[in-house]
Amino acid sequence: MKKSKVVSYNKWGYIFLIPFTVVFLVFQLIPMVTTIYNSFFENYRSGLMQIGPNFVGLENYVTIITNGDLPTYFANTMIIWVMCFIPQIVISLVLGAWFTDPSLRLRFQTFFKTVIYLPNLIMASAFSMLFFTLFADGGPINSILMQAGIIGEPYQFMSHVWSVRGLIAFMNCLMWFGNTTILLMAGMLGIDPALFEAAQVDGATATQIFSKITLPLLKPILIYVMVTSLIGGLQLFDVPQILTNGSGDPVRSSMTLIMYLNKHLYNKNYGLGGALSVFMIIVTAILSYIVFKVTNSRR
Amino acid sequence: MTESKTAGQNENGASVHARRVLAYVVLILVTVLCLFWFYVLFINATRSNSELKRGFSAIPSVYLLENLNNMIHGTQPVLSGLINSFIIAVSSAALSTYFSAMTAYAIHAYDFKFRRFMFTFILMIMMIPTQITALGFLQLIGNMGLDDSFIPLIVPSVATPAVFFYMKQYMDSTLPLSLVEAARIDGAGEFRTFNQIVMPLMKPALAVQAIFSFVYSWNNYFVPALVLHTDTKKTLPILIAQLRSADWLKFDMGQVYAMIAFSIFPVILVYLVLSKSIVGGVTLGGVKG
Repeated sequence: MKKSKVVSYNKWGYIFLIPFTVVFLVFQLIPMVTTIYNSFFENYRSGLMQIGPNFVGLENYVTIITNGDLPTYFANTMIIWVMCFIPQIVISLVLGAWFTDPSLRLRFQTFFKTVIYLPNLIMASAFSMLFFTLFADGGPINSILMQAGIIGEPYQFMSHVWSVRGLIAFMNCLMWFGNTTILLMAGMLGIDPALFEAAQVDGATATQIFSKITLPLLKPILIYVMVTSLIGGLQLFDVPQILTNGSGDPVRSSMTLIMYLNKHLYNKNYGLGGALSVFMIIVTAILSYIVFKVTNSRR
Repeated sequence: MTESKTAGQNENGASVHARRVLAYVVLILVTVLCLFWFYVLFINATRSNSELKRGFSAIPSVYLLENLNNMIHGTQPVLSGLINSFIIAVSSAALSTYFSAMTAYAIHAYDFKFRRFMFTFILMIMMIPTQITALGFLQLIGNMGLDDSFIPLIVPSVATPAVFFYMKQYMDSTLPLSLVEAARIDGAGEFRTFNQIVMPLMKPALAVQAIFSFVYSWNNYFVPALVLHTDTKKTLPILIAQLRSADWLKFDMGQVYAMIAFSIFPVILVYLVLSKSIVGGVTLGGVKG
């Protein structure tokens, strides 16, 4: 009698899972399957003419690799990610260590945390538009630099490869270092304080404690932060798209993978777009698997 | 980095003091670096086009309302953009929090055959971004006749693994199953138990995730830009992109700044009111330390 009741309750587990499962199947799984399917077909528009879909096997993959698009844009994306991630992780580690260091007893912590997390919630497209106007040839930054006598004439931020990449990396770093700091702090607070006390009694300096205790014990979280940041970095779109108006200029040096995908989707060039998406799916799947492993081992 | 010369437990006050000063200096620099842009944005949004052309000034002027007024009556459908963004973001936030709580409850409260599998599966797909399947997504909504509609921007929020994960963690720490048992003994149906007993207990988690979902949807640019085509249906990020692609030098720069401010400052204001729960929410959503 009692057992049958338990069974009848548990069928509700399935019922409550229906909305998630249906929406996932329709809006995520089917699109993924058709994206992969599309990658094997020639399918694009040439003027008003629709070409395809014709089955072409792996030709789309060969095209995006041999015409240099995929390698170039992948390299651009990774360069900008590295330029953003290295300062981000260094700042986050230092700030996290200071915030969690009991001997420092920093005040106004809530204020500082609120401020550093703030940029994370800003609309990336609006933030990028803001930087575009601030760093324009006649914009406030040039105006300030000229008034201060640092430069004689406006520096053309938008016309130099490294200043454009630098601005994109800087904006992303600014938007994400607060988030990273808070995640790392949670990890640092999870470390047993007895370890720090023991190290202090043994005469370790703050630097030694940081490098010999904090860092090794933070390794799983550091891997998590790095891999999730890499997944996010591969999706880099809003900031460079708005900053360069979708061109990735100068000479496509700031064109990212998703900007390239966006171009194909906008032009309904589904064959090459599909091949590019599959490349992204595979890379993301591998990275996701690493995150999953790390998350699971922590639980 | 920090370096203290004295070894041993007598790490003296001077060294701690020096490190503290260094920490404050760096924190103040970082704070300036975070806020400077928004300060300039605010100043420039209050200045007229001719004032802006003359160069930078650190003092606000008096043209804020005029700039906002010009922007609202300008060529861009800003007000409809605001309303569209709001409708989509509120609906997405409502769907993602409600149904993620429901999904989490299914796995938290019931013991069925695929429970473990479903949990693992959702964790595995948590990191997969929408961009990489956008191609199939666009084809699908084209076939469904949902192109240029809000539905494909709202309904997919029902399946949001990250929100699910947060809800599940929250339930693990705060929702005892004995409570569910008690409701059953009182004769409440399962659906009613979920809506009237579990949901009220989840309020703090629902609030935090509603904010995150709202902000995510509010800021979202990639998919909406590919789905929405009619001018009056476009959301704010798409209008920002249009502002960028227009020949911007012809613009009244006061209006440009007013529009950027218009997209950024409401979120900042809401954030300042709710910052405590938001900053706390970030930690729980990530890896548990």
